[in-house]
Amino acid sequence: MPDVYYLKLIFKNVFRAKLRSSLTIVGLVIAIVAFGLLQTVVDAWFAGSNAASASRLVTRNAISLVFPMPIYYRERMRAVNGVKSVTLLNWFGGVYKEPRNFFPQFAIDHENFFDLYPEFIVPPDQLIAFKRDRQGAAVGRKLADEFGWKIGDTIPIRGTIFSGTWTFTLRAIFDAKDDTTITRQMYFHWDYINEWLKQKYPRRMEQIGTFVIEVDDPSRTADIAKAIDAEFKNSLAETLTETEKSFQLGFISQMEQIIITIRIVSFVVIFIIMAVVANTMAMTARERLTEYATLKALGFGPGFVAALIFGEALMLSLIGGGLGILLTFPLAKVVGVIASAVFAVFKVSQATVLMQLACAVVVGVAAALVPSWRSARVKIVDGLRHVG
Amino acid sequence: MSQTLVEIKHLVKGYARGGQMVPVLHDISLDIARGDFIALMGPSGSGKSTLLNLIAGIDKPDAGILRIDGEDITQLSEGELADWRASNIGFIFQFYNLMPVLSAFENVELPLQLTNLSRAERRERVEMTLSLVGLADRMEHHPNELSGGQQQRVAIARAIVTDPTILVCDEPTGDLDKQSASDVLAMLKRLNQEMGKTIIMVTHDAHAAEAARRIVHLEKGELLIEPAIA
Repeated sequence: MPDVYYLKLIFKNVFRAKLRSSLTIVGLVIAIVAFGLLQTVVDAWFAGSNAASASRLVTRNAISLVFPMPIYYRERMRAVNGVKSVTLLNWFGGVYKEPRNFFPQFAIDHENFFDLYPEFIVPPDQLIAFKRDRQGAAVGRKLADEFGWKIGDTIPIRGTIFSGTWTFTLRAIFDAKDDTTITRQMYFHWDYINEWLKQKYPRRMEQIGTFVIEVDDPSRTADIAKAIDAEFKNSLAETLTETEKSFQLGFISQMEQIIITIRIVSFVVIFIIMAVVANTMAMTARERLTEYATLKALGFGPGFVAALIFGEALMLSLIGGGLGILLTFPLAKVVGVIASAVFAVFKVSQATVLMQLACAVVVGVAAALVPSWRSARVKIVDGLRHVG
Repeated sequence: MSQTLVEIKHLVKGYARGGQMVPVLHDISLDIARGDFIALMGPSGSGKSTLLNLIAGIDKPDAGILRIDGEDITQLSEGELADWRASNIGFIFQFYNLMPVLSAFENVELPLQLTNLSRAERRERVEMTLSLVGLADRMEHHPNELSGGQQQRVAIARAIVTDPTILVCDEPTGDLDKQSASDVLAMLKRLNQEMGKTIIMVTHDAHAAEAARRIVHLEKGELLIEPAIA
């Protein structure tokens, strides 16, 4: 089968100048790894919004997330057509031992919060224990593993918005339904801080930062959101209701410039390696002009010569790209551990791998364009006279 | 040996150099019989390599007729000419022009990739041809593991493996020591005498030219024909 012969020829040619090819492959590996990690950083930023449910809405104060809403809004929200259930979610913003141990904490309605979040798998006995204990806390598996917490452990959190040291007892550890779900956060009873507010700051009691609303028909979220906001029009605390995804994207948009910059840098890296591989292929083709002329003299067409160069560039870039892709996974794991306080989910997605592969192919093809065109066009007599 | 294989009539060729046309061959007319062995001799710039390139179909003349086995190859397109070369011409170069990454076997197999032969048929033919040039025990060796003479013998095997009509040799002994040159010339003579191959050889070396049946001298792009040697 002639194809095997040609593949062998291409493979042997790739490693003819061993040092040059090896350095080019190393460059490709670094570029593809860098591209993959940078894309994963971008993905990590969007992890929350990507995991958002289509059947959940989030309502906050229309002025700003900083301003709370009265808790009694919940009953009026429940009455809106299409609303299935409503739960509470309030940012706590505490510190566990040291600020570098950052993880999100939320005060929730312990009675129904986990009913609205089926992506969190809580063992039934632990859920009951969590609901029964006002000082009880439920944490995600990743967070529990990170700090070595076990059920029954006491977790002291120093409040920054709600001053003082708060002591929680770990009652439940929940797992993720799939690997897109974030499990690096802590939940506890909203009642616990509301009681405290009653005693210390009565004007701040019975207030909540966000309501999470489950709708019965995800295709009607826009109408339901409008109806909820209309309910509180001209009230003391007007509301802004949006899908959970939009709510999450609202946070990300504050960092849009950084994300755009990361994306640009990742493609610049690919462009640079494209120039490096193109240079390698140009040097290779120039050195082998006599060989290409010989092949043409023997009866091989210009297309064959071009295909040889394309094949070589593609093989080179696919070897580098393949190694780069393989190396991205362990490196992403390391980065994920180091940056766990920033990125709750740091996982190389299938889309990223496909983009890495596509980049490797594009680099190979682009690098071969000019050298193959030149070599294919060279006159046999000129090529035979050439001294490589 | 009287049947004309190569028929050249009023062949003209020049090259553009620095915007000017430099004539290389002037009104060349020459007939080469089937089974002939011709040595093209002449000083540098006399046009002998240009004439060889035209006969081999790797260059095109500016004017004139060039018929090989009755076919006017000047009328063929680039693609047709490539196919024609693959089945009619065997090349032997001064510097062997072997693919350094391929073994002797693979180098000889290279032109057979353009044929419809099966893998087994190709193997059989390559082994037979390498045995013919005395390199049956060197099949897996790469060019850098072979001497100059051995490399040229691999090149000869590559040239004859497709059983072409004509062998064109451009200074085939120019890069070899005396003994290797003699071996190569002996091999060419055998190919001519025993297998009836038509050989056209460009050489500077008068001793090498003695291997030919006929010597054709070129000077300043014009032919000076000598009588047949053998």
